[in-house]
Amino acid sequence: MSSVSLPTTVERSAYRGLVRRKRLLLGIVAIALIASVLCDLALGPASYRPADVLRAVLRPASVPDQLRVVLWEIRMPVALMAVAVGAALSLAGAQMQTILNNPLASPFTLGISAAASFGAALGLAFGIKLLPVAVDYIVPLNAFAMALVSAMLIHLLSTRRGVTAETIVLLGIALVFTFNALLALVQYLATEQAVAAVVFWTMGSLTKATWAKLGIVSAAILVMLPIFARRVWQLTALRLGDDKAASFGIDVPRLRLQTLVMVSVLAAFPVAFVGVIGFVGLVGPHIARMLVGEDQRFFLPASVLTGALMLSASSVVSKTIVPGAIFPIGVVTSLVGVPFFISLILSRKRNTW
Amino acid sequence: MVKLSLEGVGAAYGARRILSDVSTPVFKGSEVIAVVGPNAAGKSTLFKRIAGLVDGPGEVRIEGARRGMDGICYMPQDSVATARLTVYESVLLARKQRQPTWTVHEDDLALIDTVMASIGIGELAFRHLDELSGGQRQLVSIAQTLAREPEIMLMDEPTSALDMRRQFQVLGFIRNIAKARGMIVLIALHDLNQALRFADQVLVIADGTARASGPCEDVITGQMLREVYRIEARVERCSMGARHVIVDGALHDLAVA
Repeated sequence: MSSVSLPTTVERSAYRGLVRRKRLLLGIVAIALIASVLCDLALGPASYRPADVLRAVLRPASVPDQLRVVLWEIRMPVALMAVAVGAALSLAGAQMQTILNNPLASPFTLGISAAASFGAALGLAFGIKLLPVAVDYIVPLNAFAMALVSAMLIHLLSTRRGVTAETIVLLGIALVFTFNALLALVQYLATEQAVAAVVFWTMGSLTKATWAKLGIVSAAILVMLPIFARRVWQLTALRLGDDKAASFGIDVPRLRLQTLVMVSVLAAFPVAFVGVIGFVGLVGPHIARMLVGEDQRFFLPASVLTGALMLSASSVVSKTIVPGAIFPIGVVTSLVGVPFFISLILSRKRNTW
Repeated sequence: MVKLSLEGVGAAYGARRILSDVSTPVFKGSEVIAVVGPNAAGKSTLFKRIAGLVDGPGEVRIEGARRGMDGICYMPQDSVATARLTVYESVLLARKQRQPTWTVHEDDLALIDTVMASIGIGELAFRHLDELSGGQRQLVSIAQTLAREPEIMLMDEPTSALDMRRQFQVLGFIRNIAKARGMIVLIALHDLNQALRFADQVLVIADGTARASGPCEDVITGQMLREVYRIEARVERCSMGARHVIVDGALHDLAVA
């Protein structure tokens, strides 16, 4: 283009400024997340001073045994599980919204959580094992298996010729209704105690977190993130419309399908271990989009951070509503998150989608 | 030098045949080719077929261009995007498709500055895509195509939403850049006067096949207008020497109240 002499205005310095601002925003959310995790660690039946918590985290050998055990064995897995689950759900939601070109897409819209709930309920109510495993893992693995079944159903149906993003969303909604009906059937047939267990499971809870479960959820994120990272420009281009993306040389149906399978797996792990925690997968990406836009180089990390922050902050709130008691985190996330989100949407003059 | 020719090219969506047996002379670098013809004649499908986005019989012969979408850029007709991206980011996005690393080089940004300034959308750089008018979207789309520095550009009605001044500006710019960079540019146009003014060659597509091709003055004639568009019109030189299509009034087979 150098051979055509034209006046050049320098927009690139303004662009560099925009990039710096986005990095700064990511940094601020990251710091807020660290602060939230420290609060989460400090709060509980016995509250500790932040300075002690920080010391126990950074130099475990320098604090009393009791403090170290409480923090590292009991609170740390729960606090970090909130971070990992929030990150995974938000990341999954972000990519679902991207590939389906739909602001309502989330792991829940596609029936993944409904399917997982049904799987868990089968285990809780009737002791049905969908996979041959130890008793401790019946519920999460049932949930995981059913989540994958729903993901594969969507996958199979969407490989049919001429299936568009809108069709996939509609199929997902059909699955939600189907699995909810099956869940209701299980509850109808189950004993009262079993129904209570099912209901509690569907509220979502971090309290059963262990280092092993945390490791599995984290591993799912760490496997998926680099794959998404390599495709940031392609994924961003999907949001320009299928025609435009295809004209860029992107194999749109293939990219959509591969991403769909990856996000389904990504969403299945946290749902299996902590139950239904709605909202994060829907709202995390929206907040990230408002902060940094949809260039996936920023949108991806922002979604991870906002989701993690939302759930970590919810975990803090769930401990502070009634001293000594821990509210189900799924309930807290929605009750605290919804007003915040509505005020965020309504306070903006421009459309956010 | 870049060369492009079509040999018996066809295309179909499922059982529906859109194009058949389209053959053209060899188009060479620096040439602007206007692709004209009635609505739904198959112009867009022809572009997609050349770009490799739809399959079909026949052969698209290309020499001297990078393979795939780097060398041949198809610019689809206007589409509304809701993505939360600024205009600048969306042009950068087009540029980065061919080199998908996270880092953005100064050269890339300099090129984007130049492209945006050259089609006069510098002041839109930090507006979001959903705030643009139809014409502005079209200019952004042109900038995205240019930012990919292709050897062959296939532009599907790139000026349909632009005001008269912008049409002249954009088509003039596209012509200049085709000459300067030795690109082949195929532009689907409805305005035959614009074709006469800015194109070197014309390819007429009607009923899914090539009805005529060649230099503008040979192809855009009263007879072609009658046969393809069913309009009674003549092509005359104005006092400045340029050819114009003049429609005297009566449409061939259409009663106009």
